[in-house]
Amino acid sequence: MTTRLFGSGIRRREDPRLITGQAAYTDDIKLTGLVHAAILRSPHGHARITSIDTAAAAQAPGVLAVYTGADTEGVLNPIPCAWVIPDSDVKAVAYPAIAKDVVRYVGDAVAVVVAENRYQAEDALELISVDYAPLPAVVNPEAALQEGAPQLHEDAPGNQAFHWVAAGGDTDAAFDRAEVVVRDTIIQQKLIPNAMEPRSAIASYLSSMGELTIWNTSQNPHIARFVTCLVTGVPEHKIRVIAPEVGGGFGSKIAVYPWEMIAAFCAMKLGRPVKWTETRSENFVATTHGRDHVEYVEMAATREGRITGVRSVVYAGMGAYLSTAAPGIPTILHGLMYSGPYDIPNIKADIYGCFTNTTPVEAYRGAGRPEATFLLERLVDLLAAELNLDPVEVRRLNLIPKFDDGHDVAIGLTYDSGDYQRALDMALEHVNYGHLRHEQAHQREHGHYTGIGVSCYSEICGLGPSQVAGAVGFGGGLWESATVRFYATGKVNVYVGTSPHGQGEETTFAQIVASELGVPVDDVELIHGDTDNTPMGWGTYGSRTTVVGGGAVALSARKIKDKAVTLAAHLLEAAEADIEYADGNFFVRGAPDQGKTIQDIALMANVAWNMPAGMEPGLEATAFYDPPNFSYPFGAHVAVVSVDPDNGHIVLERYVAVDDCGPQINPMIVEGQVHGGVVQGAGQALWEGAVYDDSGQLLTGTMLDYALPRAHLVPDIETLATETPSPHNPLGVKGIGETGTIASTVTIYNAVIDALRPLGVTKLEMPLTPERVWRAIHQQDHQQDQQQDQQQG
Amino acid sequence: MYTPEFDYHKAGSVAEAIALLISHDDARLLAGGHSLLPLMRLRLARPSTLIDIGGLGDLKSISVHGDAIRIGALTTHGEIAASHDVRHANSLLAEVAGGIGDPQVRNRGTIGGNIAHADPASDWGTVLTALEASVEVQGANGSRTVAIGDFFQGPFATAVGENEIITAVTVPTLTHHEHDTGHGHGHGHDEHGHDDHGHGHEHDHGGGGLAALHGEVGEYAKMSHPASFYPVVGGAVIVNVENSRCVSARVAVGGLVPTPVRARAVEAALTGQELTADNIAAAVNHLADDLGAAIIGDVFASAEYRRVVAPVEVKHALFHAIGLAHH
Repeated sequence: MTTRLFGSGIRRREDPRLITGQAAYTDDIKLTGLVHAAILRSPHGHARITSIDTAAAAQAPGVLAVYTGADTEGVLNPIPCAWVIPDSDVKAVAYPAIAKDVVRYVGDAVAVVVAENRYQAEDALELISVDYAPLPAVVNPEAALQEGAPQLHEDAPGNQAFHWVAAGGDTDAAFDRAEVVVRDTIIQQKLIPNAMEPRSAIASYLSSMGELTIWNTSQNPHIARFVTCLVTGVPEHKIRVIAPEVGGGFGSKIAVYPWEMIAAFCAMKLGRPVKWTETRSENFVATTHGRDHVEYVEMAATREGRITGVRSVVYAGMGAYLSTAAPGIPTILHGLMYSGPYDIPNIKADIYGCFTNTTPVEAYRGAGRPEATFLLERLVDLLAAELNLDPVEVRRLNLIPKFDDGHDVAIGLTYDSGDYQRALDMALEHVNYGHLRHEQAHQREHGHYTGIGVSCYSEICGLGPSQVAGAVGFGGGLWESATVRFYATGKVNVYVGTSPHGQGEETTFAQIVASELGVPVDDVELIHGDTDNTPMGWGTYGSRTTVVGGGAVALSARKIKDKAVTLAAHLLEAAEADIEYADGNFFVRGAPDQGKTIQDIALMANVAWNMPAGMEPGLEATAFYDPPNFSYPFGAHVAVVSVDPDNGHIVLERYVAVDDCGPQINPMIVEGQVHGGVVQGAGQALWEGAVYDDSGQLLTGTMLDYALPRAHLVPDIETLATETPSPHNPLGVKGIGETGTIASTVTIYNAVIDALRPLGVTKLEMPLTPERVWRAIHQQDHQQDQQQDQQQG
Repeated sequence: MYTPEFDYHKAGSVAEAIALLISHDDARLLAGGHSLLPLMRLRLARPSTLIDIGGLGDLKSISVHGDAIRIGALTTHGEIAASHDVRHANSLLAEVAGGIGDPQVRNRGTIGGNIAHADPASDWGTVLTALEASVEVQGANGSRTVAIGDFFQGPFATAVGENEIITAVTVPTLTHHEHDTGHGHGHGHDEHGHDDHGHGHEHDHGGGGLAALHGEVGEYAKMSHPASFYPVVGGAVIVNVENSRCVSARVAVGGLVPTPVRARAVEAALTGQELTADNIAAAVNHLADDLGAAIIGDVFASAEYRRVVAPVEVKHALFHAIGLAHH
């Protein structure tokens, strides 16, 4: 049988260059005549600019130019929002590259200095004198919509970016009839993605040709080109966007930012290539944030624990402007996922997008789905507590039974395939749930507080059918294309429009081609990230690259196989119907020893000495793949924590993840994705949070204040998997990039609440800092004391 | 990192460094760079001149003389953690050093630079205060010795003069005795000296720990900030134990008030007591007696919370010192 490279945990082929420092990121690139830009950013959350004096900066050593909003206005078009969801009255407010009259968040650009080196540019920034008249600010999304709140945009009265409602069934009636209703208020705190590589761009303009080249740390260079054309006016065919090595994104490199547009403006003005690279401190305010919801959520159920309805009112912070994909995240990727893995007949999501004086919000790993999973899994735990049932039993009662090819949920989506019960069973069996509960009870008797959190999830990814993209207002398609090209030597280049930036597709896509065509995996190399030499693609986000881009690669390989069969039949002087294929060998049935290898075929096709009549030379195929549906990975996670009531410290003792992403191309990479995702989700639960004061100052603006997860704070993550193929894509794969963050935040949160249940704590705000936990325990003590006093009184 | 412009001099001797300090206004000494450079990166510190003393080998030394260990100011945390002499003479120092920051920080950061920076929560500040260390300071007119209690004068303020250099820290050895259970206080104890996980220790020395103890044992416990891993609140204890009783105690806490402070009331409450869990728990509650109203607080840990957590850290340190598990 064939060597199944598909499914083999081979090492990542991109790693040697990454770990030996040979990889070149945008900031590593040096061009002749390169000059450096530094951006002056607003120190105010909200202020009117009353005057700017750049004269001293312009005279400073090494400075070539200083530009303000007055220079870019009318030259650079506003930064567009590319996801204008229908039926939602989205206010696409003007988003200028450089603010001219009003700054709306700490980090808003006010001026740019271009100098011979970055030190000179930074020194000159200090010489720009800006007079600000501070304005009242609003940083909380719910507060932003209240009457009397400071107003950000004339075009968006009441700070409302949009209002969007999605409903299935008759939710209000379900709540009116409900035997039990549980409610919660959930704060999904604002998060700062912190990709390892900060954002960076180099713009170079060839005036004689009218050609603009931008090296850009992007997850989607083709979208970046499209938007760059809209902002700069340079026609699309004259723009080349190159995403060289990209050091992670987590959603923060989807957006097309003002900053690379400013670099382009400077390059076009000065005729010199201009580099801008943010510092880490700049990254904290200038690169998009994630989450930021205030949610009022409710679940209706029967006394037996059967869920009859879920509804929400969500205030989703958008930050000061609408970033590229921002409106789609709390709506399409969040509100449509309120059924999760459960059979829930009545669902209503009522979502407000809110402008606040904070850094714009965008996708952040999971993007809308961690929030949806969080509210569902919180409500299920609250329901279990209300009914005095084991939380696992409530989940079992409501999980959608196994399905192989389509299941409609009330909100209108059709899930592709799922076996939720099996994933839950596997997780519980692995941790020996009954024993864990027994142990927990025993420890409680000795004053030790351990908690067990369980969650089930189903998520939507593999974005997605382009027709649906159009219907939901996404400003582009969601198909992918790939070209597979064989050379005479039998070696292969694969060109894709997606843009991997850490996910390992240079390995997994090679595995797909190797498996489909029987070439050694080392003979296949992936080319991606440069709009000049890759076919169109819509980018890497939403766990779509392997599902959609991988699908295009597989279809290209299959086209090649079809051509190879025809050519082999010709060379072997046999009928096509008699040609068989195994392990890279095409042969007449029964005579594998006299076959033609794929390398033989590649050589002949490239030299074209002996081709069938009418066959074009070359062995190359391009396929465009537009998936008929989204994919819906799922799983069940379990966390065990212990809490020290003395000081509120939480220890994550154990984490078990059962994930189903369909067939795994490379189990090692899948495991790595789960590890990273789980840890990032743990970050939200335990450590991370962007804290603003009322004037819009970011108080957690450096890595001294903003706590990212550390390896030694996380236990070995125990990963397991079930495999339920998606029925609708060429490889049956579902996507694994976001499952960890989607499940782990609430799993850990539920575990902490479970640990503190005997102490009367039912609610905490994330991140679960020691002080917050200690206060919650202490407050309960206090309240209990008071109650006792009252009873005694 | 885009600092403002500065002049740079590399000093060839302590005397030259002092001369450079005198001849340059607004100059700062550069040792490991772990306190100064982050401030320069944020443009919060803008010295016109940096005097690099990193090459002064004379200040990089560890020597034991009788009942004192002398550690050169430029000795890195990593060198202190790895020193057999330190471990033997005062294992607490080695444990604390091994728990500072991460390996990169420990390989660059120096004990002198750390105390010169005088962060109120610094590990060294708290531990050296409990140990009653002294600091050697050299200026144009020669050397002088400053007791640690006089050294820290406020947040980021010390007794070091404008044109002086810290040259060494001298710390008393711990007069512990090897004891017959082989339980081994005083060495082989490095994983317990700090709380890397920020959530307490989980070891248990097993039976008979306290009864087997004779002499001084020292411990340090801290709550670290999850972002910087800098201590938020730390408690250092040295207890002299005879026959399960505390003969004398030195306790210091950091991260609460502008400088590390001795917890005299806790020391008094411990002295003469049998070191049982209950007695320790009762003694640490006296910590508040030594603290004024002005406790430091920030977004991560408020003053109120620090006031509560500090006795917990002191309690943990005491439990570890005498071999009790606190879970």
